[in-house]
Amino acid sequence: MADALLNQLSLTLSVHTSDVFVAPAMSLADRASRALESGVWGAVLYIVIGLVAVLTAVSVLGLVMSYIERKVAGHFQCRLGPMRVGPHGVLQSLADGIKLLFKEGIEPGHGDKVIFIGAPIFSITATILLLAIVPLAPGIQVVDMNVGVVYIAAVSGLGVMGILMGGWSSNNKWSLLGAMRAGAQMISYEVSLTIALLVVVLFSGTLKVSEIIESQQQGWWIWRGHGVAIVAFCLYVIASTAELNRTPFDLPEGESELTGGYHTEYSGLRFSFFFLAEFANLFVFSALAVTFFFGGWLPFHVGNYEGFNSVMDLLPPVISPMFWFGSKCATLIFILMWFRWTFPRLRMDQLMRLEWKVLLPIGFANLILAATVVLTGLYFFPSAT
Amino acid sequence: MTVEVSSLKELVEQASGDDRSPDTQEYFVNMGPQHPSTHGVLRLVLKLDGERVLRCIPVLGYIHRSIEKISEHMNYMNCVHLTDRMDYLSSIMNNWAVSKAVEEAAGIEVNSRIQTIRTIFAELERIQSHQLWWGVLGMDLGAFTPFLYGIRDREVLNDVMEETVGARLTMNYVLPGGLMADIHPNFVHRVKEFIKYFRPKLDEYDDLLTNNVIIQERLRNVGILSPQTAVQYGATGPVLRGSGVAFDLRKDHPYGVYDQADFEVPVGTIGDSWDRYWVRVEEMRQSMNIVEQLLDNIPPGDFLVKKLNSKIKIPEGRYYSQLETARGILGVFIVSDKKDEPYRMHYRSPNFNNLWCLEPMIKGDYIASLIGAMSSLDLVIPDIDR
Repeated sequence: MADALLNQLSLTLSVHTSDVFVAPAMSLADRASRALESGVWGAVLYIVIGLVAVLTAVSVLGLVMSYIERKVAGHFQCRLGPMRVGPHGVLQSLADGIKLLFKEGIEPGHGDKVIFIGAPIFSITATILLLAIVPLAPGIQVVDMNVGVVYIAAVSGLGVMGILMGGWSSNNKWSLLGAMRAGAQMISYEVSLTIALLVVVLFSGTLKVSEIIESQQQGWWIWRGHGVAIVAFCLYVIASTAELNRTPFDLPEGESELTGGYHTEYSGLRFSFFFLAEFANLFVFSALAVTFFFGGWLPFHVGNYEGFNSVMDLLPPVISPMFWFGSKCATLIFILMWFRWTFPRLRMDQLMRLEWKVLLPIGFANLILAATVVLTGLYFFPSAT
Repeated sequence: MTVEVSSLKELVEQASGDDRSPDTQEYFVNMGPQHPSTHGVLRLVLKLDGERVLRCIPVLGYIHRSIEKISEHMNYMNCVHLTDRMDYLSSIMNNWAVSKAVEEAAGIEVNSRIQTIRTIFAELERIQSHQLWWGVLGMDLGAFTPFLYGIRDREVLNDVMEETVGARLTMNYVLPGGLMADIHPNFVHRVKEFIKYFRPKLDEYDDLLTNNVIIQERLRNVGILSPQTAVQYGATGPVLRGSGVAFDLRKDHPYGVYDQADFEVPVGTIGDSWDRYWVRVEEMRQSMNIVEQLLDNIPPGDFLVKKLNSKIKIPEGRYYSQLETARGILGVFIVSDKKDEPYRMHYRSPNFNNLWCLEPMIKGDYIASLIGAMSSLDLVIPDIDR
């Protein structure tokens, strides 16, 4: 059986990594279907490798993002941030992670134990599932299903379940308040988020994430879709900040009001799961914004201006997607961090008013406008799609 | 006016009956003594309906250090040193309040140099107190950055004051009959430098917080304290002035050398959290004006007219004296029986009265508003319990 396993492994990994960048046609998704066809063991191996890869990505992202967040915060606040552990404190998050590992996992006395323990796992599962659909480079995407956008809407709603479960099972009134706030907030803002994404779906005419990126060969939707896409992007940024529970929408945590909100009673590794999920989500939502509005890993192209486009294509094909995706993503993440360290927090009623009375009407009007724009072909380079 | 009296125990038992109906229920929750926004060990018992605050009952005594009782066994020179642990952000003003009471009671005349230096220090301390308050208000409303901006500028001022006083928080400088030490030779120069540094920074504060839409949304029309209620509850300082009552001891009953300085008393209009915020930010500007006017004209003279550690005896009787600290009127009440120790010493602390304005301010509002309103009261808990 060991031989069979090895055979399957070599079959699963038969595509050389260099091929991935050269030939986008041979994507991970294709390999997944090939692995599935090759038998049960192949499928199991693929799933295991995929899961391990995504899990590693989540934890590495958590470490890197929390380090960046603390550094950015430090420099926004006239201080240096972590400086002691390693050069410029680069090992600080690792040290914190080890500390969290060794801490006692306290369970509240009369809480609901099963749900209490399950909540952080639920939360991080939602993040992992969401990360699976993010296209990092041509072919580097764990799943690429034909209803990608629907999947994103469905799975990102799952995160709120973990928070609700955690807050409710803690047997703490502050936690419960935080969880209820989270429920109301995240479900409300989900609507705006999806409506903003639908604008791009209208433009590109597909729900498949990789096809949405390819539809931006002529230019990113943020400028090709002019006003409509910019409004949609603004809506997306506001709604995703609310989805991420970051300032000015960090009411579920609201440490100055609710002493920590839904994760008041969590400690140790369970707390770090919420923490990891939050930071990985920050990356995921920025990556999705890049995918939908900024052409994912595509370089900056302007229609048929070959000269300009070839200048943009100067980077070698292995580095190019990494550079473009990474720099776009980093810019967006920086803007979200900028928000967090500048704005105060909204109040619950103001938050709901903003969503239902301001963002949602704008979102619907924008969606109708987008439909008109697409029908009449009033955006730049309509012939390309 | 009828007053309803019911103990906390009664209230809680009344609410926690065995109600198993599926309707929403009112519930109690303890805010504090360990809570990030009570800034110390204040405990508020909140009766909530969802997120709405139906009742807010402050429970005191978690940091009671019996400063008043200890004072009864100390002479007047010594009991000054306990006062800077009360409202630690107005420590020099607390010192001054006791010194002023003792001086008035014992008939000690201090020269104008001492009075000028005291006034300058009081105003500098008012600025640093408001700096910290400004940062903490930002933090309470969810913005962490203002806190560090406030602290950054407060450090600059603390450095200046440390050079003369020797301490950074519980500054111990004013004594009955003078000061602990003369001002440092660098003092005048460095204060001028600080004012030059801080004026543009105050505009930066406005950019960061004052002009922010969210801050205005969070503070405007929240925690409205009518002038009648404010006077009724004995609120003083920026809380009273925020409600539109222009009462400032520095102007109305001048002490020190405030009568020589030209300054304005900022007054709010409707008494919401925003008015109290604005009054304090404006007070920082006015304090800088006062300091600037007095700084060049510090008259020559001794810094102490009595001998250090001399025993001051006060004639038999009751004496009351008050002055305006950063948070309001601090009154000192001394009952003397001709000895060099007080028979009874009582402090009328501004925070105690300001605290009770909280419930009429936020009744029926959200928890988040309670935080904002409490932050606009600028409470220092050790001053409430003493």
